[in-house]
Amino acid sequence: MSRTNVKQNLDARRVTQELFTLTYGAFVAQILNDYEHVDEVNKQLDKIGYNIGVRLIDDFLARNPNVGRCHDLRETADVLAKQGFKTYLGISPSITNWSPAGDEFSLLLDGNPLTEFVELPEGQGQKLSYNQMICGAIRGALEMVQLEVECRFVQDQLKGDNATELRVKFLKKLEDALPVGED
Amino acid sequence: MQSSSARMRSTTLDRSLQKTKGDVNLTTFALLFSEMVQYSQNRVDNIQDLQNKLADFGKHVGVRILDLFFLRNGKDKREVRLTPMLIFIQKTFWKFLFNREADHLEQHAQEANVYYIIERECLVNKFISVPKDKGNLNYASFVAGIIEGILCTSGFTCKVHTHQAPRGTTHVITFAQSVMDRESRLDAK
Repeated sequence: MSRTNVKQNLDARRVTQELFTLTYGAFVAQILNDYEHVDEVNKQLDKIGYNIGVRLIDDFLARNPNVGRCHDLRETADVLAKQGFKTYLGISPSITNWSPAGDEFSLLLDGNPLTEFVELPEGQGQKLSYNQMICGAIRGALEMVQLEVECRFVQDQLKGDNATELRVKFLKKLEDALPVGED
Repeated sequence: MQSSSARMRSTTLDRSLQKTKGDVNLTTFALLFSEMVQYSQNRVDNIQDLQNKLADFGKHVGVRILDLFFLRNGKDKREVRLTPMLIFIQKTFWKFLFNREADHLEQHAQEANVYYIIERECLVNKFISVPKDKGNLNYASFVAGIIEGILCTSGFTCKVHTHQAPRGTTHVITFAQSVMDRESRLDAK
């Protein structure tokens, strides 16, 4: 196969970032319309992310056959930030703020494609966790490799903070892979 | 609180829109789209409503992405005539959105205000198999919504709907009479 052919195949597997950003925006706007309470919206976004993460991990492992089992959380964090985020969102967050016990770390998101044109509405809207989908996706993906984690945003540039910081906390290793519902 | 909201307002608008063009993995987009479909599906009673909902998402995207396209690409010229506008969508805009051109652009044999944009393989349908009991459903209504959003904000009032034809996903664009009247006026000049 010629070089151009390979390149074309790769190109066909990508879409414009703006299309993705605006599509997510349309989706969030619709959910905001459907629910009265912002907490409910955050929950929905988390659920959506979880569903995506559960399926995303298969794609990730299929594309990266060289990624083996991670031996500790530091390794997991490395793969997550340098390969996971890079492949699917095109950004490489930096890993910081390890807890002394080594079971919790932060990802600093630099230039998040999801929030490109976003401004949170006044009032209730300020409580919206716009990026919650990412948390759900991480939780879902790691659950499929038997790691239960808790994931939340502690700082958000949309809310006027200086950085967007995502905190990931390791809870436990799952012994049995439970079948996952469609929900 | 006051200061934080003031700071936020300035950052959103101060940020430059001129950014180098970035791409996102198709998998990410496809999974997000799949969630959109499932979310909508749980909230409608019939296929038509589902397609309308997807088209609404598309319109939201369409009206916003057009301005962005012109700004990013430094193009000042906008099409005011029907045919060049449709060619622009089929070629340039499709390439911007999906990294390739749409396969065909055709006009209805009898009705002058009906046009077709045809794609052999529509990107959003790539990973979707339609259930047998929902034969007529086409998820590309989302794309139809984008086209409608673009055309309507450009002054070409129209309705777009999508159906599956033997030659591929077909977006049927029906222009309003006012658009056709304007075209014939411009032709006469």
